[in-house]
Amino acid sequence: MRRIAILLLVLLAPLAGHAQDAFEAALAGLGGGFAQQAEAAERLGMLGDPRAVPILRALSDGRLLRAGDGALLVREGDRNTFALTGAAAEISGAEPVRINNRVRAALRGALGRLSLVSPDQAERLAAAEAVFRSRAAENIPLLEAALARENVARIRERMELALAASRLAAGDEAAKRAGIAELGASASTEARAVLLESRAAAPALAAEIDAAVTAIDRRLAIRHAAETFFQGLSLGSVLLLAALGLAVTFGVMGVINMAHGEFVMLGAYTTFVMQEALRGIPALAPWSLPLSVPAAFLVAAACGAVLERGLIRHLYGRPLETLLLTFGVGMMIQQAVRLGFGAQNREVTSPPWMQGTLELAFGVTVTQNRLWILVFSLLVLGLTVAAIHLTRFGLEMRAVTQNRRIAAAMGIRTGRVDAFTFAFGSGIAGIAGVALSQIDNVSPNLGSGYIIDSFMVVVFGGVGSLAGTLVGAMSLGVVNKVLEPYAGVVLAKVFVLVAIMLFIQRRPRGLFALRGRAAEQ
Amino acid sequence: MRAGLGAAVGLLALLPALNALPTDHALHVSDFIVSVTGKWICYAILALSLDLAWGYAGILSLGHGAFFALGGYAIGMHLMRLIGPRGAYGHPVLPDFMVFLGYTQLPWFWRGFEYFPYAALMVLLVPGALALVVGFLAFRSRITGVYLSILTQAMTYALMLAFFRNDMGFGGNNGFTDFKELLGMPLATPRARAALFYASLVALVAAFLICSVLTRTKYGRVLTAIRDAESRARFLGYDTARHKLFAFVLSAMLAGLAGALYVPQVGIINPGEFNPGNSIEAVIWVAVGGRGTLVGAVLGAFSVNALKTWLTSAAPDLWLFALGGLFVVVTLFLPRGLIGVFDRLRKGRAP
Repeated sequence: MRRIAILLLVLLAPLAGHAQDAFEAALAGLGGGFAQQAEAAERLGMLGDPRAVPILRALSDGRLLRAGDGALLVREGDRNTFALTGAAAEISGAEPVRINNRVRAALRGALGRLSLVSPDQAERLAAAEAVFRSRAAENIPLLEAALARENVARIRERMELALAASRLAAGDEAAKRAGIAELGASASTEARAVLLESRAAAPALAAEIDAAVTAIDRRLAIRHAAETFFQGLSLGSVLLLAALGLAVTFGVMGVINMAHGEFVMLGAYTTFVMQEALRGIPALAPWSLPLSVPAAFLVAAACGAVLERGLIRHLYGRPLETLLLTFGVGMMIQQAVRLGFGAQNREVTSPPWMQGTLELAFGVTVTQNRLWILVFSLLVLGLTVAAIHLTRFGLEMRAVTQNRRIAAAMGIRTGRVDAFTFAFGSGIAGIAGVALSQIDNVSPNLGSGYIIDSFMVVVFGGVGSLAGTLVGAMSLGVVNKVLEPYAGVVLAKVFVLVAIMLFIQRRPRGLFALRGRAAEQ
Repeated sequence: MRAGLGAAVGLLALLPALNALPTDHALHVSDFIVSVTGKWICYAILALSLDLAWGYAGILSLGHGAFFALGGYAIGMHLMRLIGPRGAYGHPVLPDFMVFLGYTQLPWFWRGFEYFPYAALMVLLVPGALALVVGFLAFRSRITGVYLSILTQAMTYALMLAFFRNDMGFGGNNGFTDFKELLGMPLATPRARAALFYASLVALVAAFLICSVLTRTKYGRVLTAIRDAESRARFLGYDTARHKLFAFVLSAMLAGLAGALYVPQVGIINPGEFNPGNSIEAVIWVAVGGRGTLVGAVLGAFSVNALKTWLTSAAPDLWLFALGGLFVVVTLFLPRGLIGVFDRLRKGRAP
């Protein structure tokens, strides 16, 4: 073990020393004549040492100075540093090093190569892109060196692609084949374009290229399908959130609430109000969105309770009148918000952890906020199911739905249970509003855009079944997104609506129909 | 009752004549009153048609605004074809929006609309056919109550989305406008206004008579029985689906007729007419007047729209509160609408 370590040291010591010498020697060349400067710049570029970048840049900007003793200095603003060591230099009378066009060309090439090893990630990525586009065989050793020290996966990927493309451009047949194989292993439209372009130039390799292109196409198709599927799930999660509250008020209680969309809208405005109210409190401001969830629940639930106790209660058993009444109430809520907050859209900003995109396997990208909403909707579904099946309130609620009079005889205060159930469903609508404020315009008619879709989800899934609501929402979302590329956004929606109408023909009680006594009503 | 109705029709019929009087005459009626009343008459036909479906057959349709708009689009297509080469682009055949969208020839479904009888037929057939399909599917699977309401609302919503599309060939979100003439009569003249007014009034009276005769026949009584107890009517051997389907289709045709009379008077039709809110507003006219009575539907259409016309100019912000409030008050306190109030007042006075 120790022997190996010593051996390594012995082997590496001169190498390190050599590298040090080479860098120093090449650097010194920058102070010489034009021919010497150009050669030195090229050598520095080949060496791949990131220290050379600021020095070469200084030379090209005319900020590299030569002191009387031949030492090179870099001027940064009004202070100078030694080019080699980076230490501050208090030397006066240093002259700028002059260059000509030949040196400038060499500098550009060297800087381009060196940016592959730049400490800045964005610069490395840009360099990899540039090398990919230029596709020259002489970049191969450089790329191999850069790859060896690269450890950011995203940049590595681009560099590997660039290396493969450069190999394809090499004169050597074996290298070409390797390049084709590597490009074929990627899922990049650019790699596909490069392959197709080189197909004409290399007829001998046409079969390999075709195979590689097919492989890429297959991967692209998978990626596209995965992204469409995710978009569908995302739309489904939005529908699920909007429909969950309805599944409780309409599905469980049988009360049709056309003001449901307005409760969603109130939830979105609560988010806006929380954001503005917490803006002055630095400790709480970043938490305004999570805090909006309970706030929106309470606001919408309170409105729901007032609506149920004040108005809807008097119309039980008359669903058509309830429909008209709640529609009127929704109209008034919408107008009140329009007068209170203005008709224009209100800005709700997303917290930093919800911004940006996330890259999954095969280059499938998903936006963070949609992913969060998907997770959030499932969470809300879980909580709803738990509230209905695990709590005393849920038990009473189910009892009242199944048989009001027997439940009353057992001592359940059915009126109170009605109010709580309706408030609960409305509160979920408010929570949906918090999520929607992240992806939709917060405006007074936010809710009316979702109400019909929500009813469709509940009816499609089966009235009274939360599992049906989940499956209904997700399948409607996915079907919508799958149809969209063929039919356009609007026609896809129309198709789905028509399809649901036809579906209700075959299963009038939805996917997850209730059986037994509850189904009779 | 009958005398009162006759008097009301007579008074309405006088309006265009009074409008023709010199402006300084004591009995002169302004253009605005005539055109607004003409619109209300169309709304009253729509309310009648909705009352036939909801008040007598128990079908709360939230899609009558769509039938109304379809009738309007059918006559709008005729009016567009009559513009001919007088459009902004001067194309001999294609309407302006088609030239603008790069159409080279008339889409097949526009053929024939240059003939008034064909367009008039389509005014009735298109809404009727849609109602036939939707009604057939819905009634056959016994979709009733709120489910049916939501289904018809979804239909309206889908149609609105579809008509907003440019590539549907119906002018996208701008719809049709800039009409020139109808039956050789230049629009936007006092004569045309009076003619359309009388046409609408005649249509209203005819629709009223048809509905009142229909509801008094045996068919009408079965319809009411279905409204009140559908299962019972079915067990008695009546084909409830067929009965309802006939009422629904007839009602849709009347709504289409109302739309066709409305569009030449306002001079524009666009997909906004499909807005589900419009359909539900029509429902509230019937509810305010008193559903299940034909007079109530007409009365409701006139009174709510009078309130709307007054309030949207006097206090525009309050109109939606007032409309929403009407929904609440009518459903909670006036289940039989204004007619119910009158009945109660009359009974109160009687010894």
